[in-house]
Amino acid sequence: MRGHLGVRFAQVIPTLLLVSIMVFCLQQLMPGDPALVLAGEERDPEVLEQIRRELKLDQPLVFQYFYWIGNVLQGDLGFSWRIRQPVTELVATKLPVTLQLASMAFIIAVFIGVPMGVLSAVKKNTFWDYLANGIGLAGLSTPNFWLGIMLILLVSVHLGWLPPSGYVPLTEDWRQSLATTIMPAFVLGNAISAVLMRHTRSAMLTALQQDYVRTARAKGLSEHLVVIKHALRNALVPVVTLGALELGTLLSGAVLTEQVFSIPGFGKMIVDAVFNRDYPVVQGVVLVTATVYVMLNLVADVLYVMINPRLRGA
Amino acid sequence: MTYRTPLLGLLAALPLALPAAAQELPQLRVAFSEDADVMDPTTGRAYVQRVALLNMCESLFDYNSKMQIVPRLALSYEWADAQTLVVKLRPNVSFNDGTPVDAAAVKYSIERHQTFTGSARRGDLGSLTAVEIVDPLTVRFKLKGPDVVFLSQLGVRAGVLVSPTASEAAGKDFGQRPVCAGPYRFLERVAQDRIVLEKVPNYWDGANYHFSRITFRPIADSTVRLANLRAGAIDINMSVPPTLADEVRKDPKLKLYTFDGIGYTGLTVNMGRNNTTPGPFGTDKRIRQAFDLAIDREAIVNVVFNGVHAANAYPVPATSPFFDATLPQPKRDVARAKALMAAAGVKLPFVVPLTVINNPEAVQVAEVMQSMVAEVGFELKLNTMEFVSTLNAADKGDYVGWTVGWTGRPDADGNLRDLLYTGAGTNYVGYKNPEFDTLLDQARSTADMAVRMATYRKIYTMLRDDLPIIYLYSPRWNFGMATKVEGFDPVADGMLRLGGVKFAR
Repeated sequence: MRGHLGVRFAQVIPTLLLVSIMVFCLQQLMPGDPALVLAGEERDPEVLEQIRRELKLDQPLVFQYFYWIGNVLQGDLGFSWRIRQPVTELVATKLPVTLQLASMAFIIAVFIGVPMGVLSAVKKNTFWDYLANGIGLAGLSTPNFWLGIMLILLVSVHLGWLPPSGYVPLTEDWRQSLATTIMPAFVLGNAISAVLMRHTRSAMLTALQQDYVRTARAKGLSEHLVVIKHALRNALVPVVTLGALELGTLLSGAVLTEQVFSIPGFGKMIVDAVFNRDYPVVQGVVLVTATVYVMLNLVADVLYVMINPRLRGA
Repeated sequence: MTYRTPLLGLLAALPLALPAAAQELPQLRVAFSEDADVMDPTTGRAYVQRVALLNMCESLFDYNSKMQIVPRLALSYEWADAQTLVVKLRPNVSFNDGTPVDAAAVKYSIERHQTFTGSARRGDLGSLTAVEIVDPLTVRFKLKGPDVVFLSQLGVRAGVLVSPTASEAAGKDFGQRPVCAGPYRFLERVAQDRIVLEKVPNYWDGANYHFSRITFRPIADSTVRLANLRAGAIDINMSVPPTLADEVRKDPKLKLYTFDGIGYTGLTVNMGRNNTTPGPFGTDKRIRQAFDLAIDREAIVNVVFNGVHAANAYPVPATSPFFDATLPQPKRDVARAKALMAAAGVKLPFVVPLTVINNPEAVQVAEVMQSMVAEVGFELKLNTMEFVSTLNAADKGDYVGWTVGWTGRPDADGNLRDLLYTGAGTNYVGYKNPEFDTLLDQARSTADMAVRMATYRKIYTMLRDDLPIIYLYSPRWNFGMATKVEGFDPVADGMLRLGGVKFAR
C-alpha cells in the first residue's frame, strides 16, 4: 500500500507542472491585450507601453512562463494586475470561503444523496423508489443559477428568513456565516446529491444481490444490520471515489453559485480575473485548484484502501 | 434587516441580525455591478473605483447637480490668462493622517498623477507644464497653451489630492491603504466582497455626512442586486437595468432615480484606424448618411430599453450645458436613405460587418438596427464578441462598424478629443480631419461659454455630416434606493455623493 501511495504521490509533481504549462498557454489563446483592459478608457500609447513593460508583457512567452513559475516555486504567485494585491494573499482569503462552501455542500449532498440511494435500492420499484428517483432527476436537471435566484426570491425577499447574499467568515460570527452560506451550499449540494443518490442506488442494488448478503440474512441478522453493515459498506467504495471527485468539482464548479450569491470565493475571483485578463490571478487560482483536486484524489485513494481491506496487500 | 424564522431547524434558534452598531449614526450599504480596481486615485480606472473613492478622496473641485464646477478642497479659482490657472485652497483642512492640505501637497499630488508608473491621469493633465507654489494656500497651474478644459480635469480624479506622507510611506502599495482628505477614510477592502469606509471626526464638511460607515458591495447579477435591495440587505443599488426599472417603481418600499448621464452609445466607424484601408462604409459618407437615415433611434430605446435611455444623435446628452437644442434630431427617412444609396452606386445588399459586444442589450440594439437598415438595402452582419476582444479588434483597426459606449466627461471636449482628434490613442475611427482638430482646439481656448458653444455647434454639424461615429442614444442612470434614503441629489456623472444623504427618521 505504501508503494502504491508513493507512486501516486510522485505523479502529483509532473501533473501540476503540466497544469501550469497548460493554464499559461491556454490563457495566451484568449483574445485581447491585457494592457488595453488595464489602461481603462484613456488608452494613451505611452501608458500602454509602460504597462506592458512593467508586467513583462513585452518579453517572449517562454521568459514570461519561467519568470512566473520560478516565483511560484518560491511561494510567490505574483500580484493581481487589476487590484494590485498579492495573489497569495487573495488565494489565502478566498480558499477558506470556497472550502467552507464546498464542504457544506458536500455534507448536504451526502446526507441527502446516500440515504435516498439506500432507500431507493431497498424499496426497489415501490413508491419510495420512484419518489427518490424523481427527486434525483429534478436535482440533476435544475440549473444552479435558476435555483439560486428562485431561493433568494422565496427565502430572502418574500419570507425574509435568510440574507440574500454576502459572506461572513466562520471565525467572525459562525451563526451569521451559516446563515449566509446555507442557501448557496444547498444549491451546490442539490445536484451532487442527485449524482450520489444514483450511484448509491446502483451500488446497493449490486451489493444486495451478493452471496455475502444472502449469507448474512441466512445467519438471521436483522435487515437493518444487513443493509447498513454488509451491503452499504461495500457499496460505499465507488461512492467514496465519486464523492472525492465531486468535492473537487465543487471547488472549481462553484463559479455560478458564487456569482449568484455574491460569495467572495474562488469562483467569483476567477470570473472577474478572466474578464479583466488578470493573468496572475487566473494562473494562481487554477494552479491552487488543481493542487487541491489532485490532493483530494490522493485522499480518495487512501480511503479506498481503508474501506476495501482487499486492497491493503496491494 | 433582521431575518425572521430561519428555514432550517439548525438555524431556528439563532438570532441572525447583524450586531448593533456601536456608533450613533447608521451605516449605509451600497451595491454596484462590479468590483473596483486598485484603490489608488492615480492608477485606478474603473467607474466603481471612483464611486468608492469619491467620499474619501476629495478633489480640488467637484460638480453639482447642474454639472457646474464647484470648489471642494479648493476655495476659489481664477484664470490669470488662458494658460494660467490660480487656485486658492481651503484653509485648515488636513488629510486623514493629519498631514495638512496645502500648496505643497497639491504640487506633490498633481506631479504624482503625472509621473507615477501606470498613472491613468497623465492624459487628463496632458496640457499641464508646471505646478507652482505661490504661498502655502495658493497654487499656480501653468499650461502648454490655452486650455479651459483643464479646470474640469481638476473636478475628477486628476484633481484628487493624496497625503504626501502616506504616499511616500506606501510607495507602489498606496492603493491597498489609500489616505486622502475626505469625510470618510478607508477602513478595509476584501476583494470581490466589500470596500468599507468609516467617517472621520472633525472633517471641514463632516456635519453634512450622516452615516458612520459605508459598505460598497459588488453584486454582479442585476436580478440578485435587486433582490438584495428588496430584501433590505442593501440600501442603494447603483445599477438597475432598464428592464428591471418597473419592478423598482412598483415596489412601495423602493424608489427609483432615473437621470441623464454624460456619455453616449454609438456606432464607431473604421475610417482608417491603425493605417488600415477602410471599405466604402468608411470612405463614402453617403453610405453612412443612408445608414443614419435608416435607423429610428426612438424605436431602439423604446424596444430595447423600455424608453429609459434617451435617443440622441449628438455626442453630449440633452442635459449637458454643451448640448445645442437648436440642432435637429434626425428622423427615419427610408426614401432619402435609398436615394443616397443609389447615389453612392453600391451593389445591394450592401454588407456591413458590425462588431458587437456580447451583452444582451448591445446585441438587441444591433438586431433592431439590422432589421431597420435592411429596408434600405444594408445587410448588417453581426459579429458578437466579448468586450476585450472587440477592444483588441478596434485597436488594430480590424473592424468595419463597432457599437460601443463612452462613459463621458463633464466637458464636451472630453467626449470628442480622445475619440476623434487626429492621433489620439482612443481614436478608434482613425479620424483625420484638420478642420475638426482646429475647431476643437479653438473651443478649449476660451472660457467664454457663448464662444465655446458657437464652436461646438460647428463641430456637431460637421460630425452629423461626416458621421465618423453614428451616435445612437445617451444612456441614463437608474439608481434604486430604499424609501428611507433621503437627500440624494443626482449628478449626471453617476457618482454617489453622500453629502446631505441620510435615512428618514
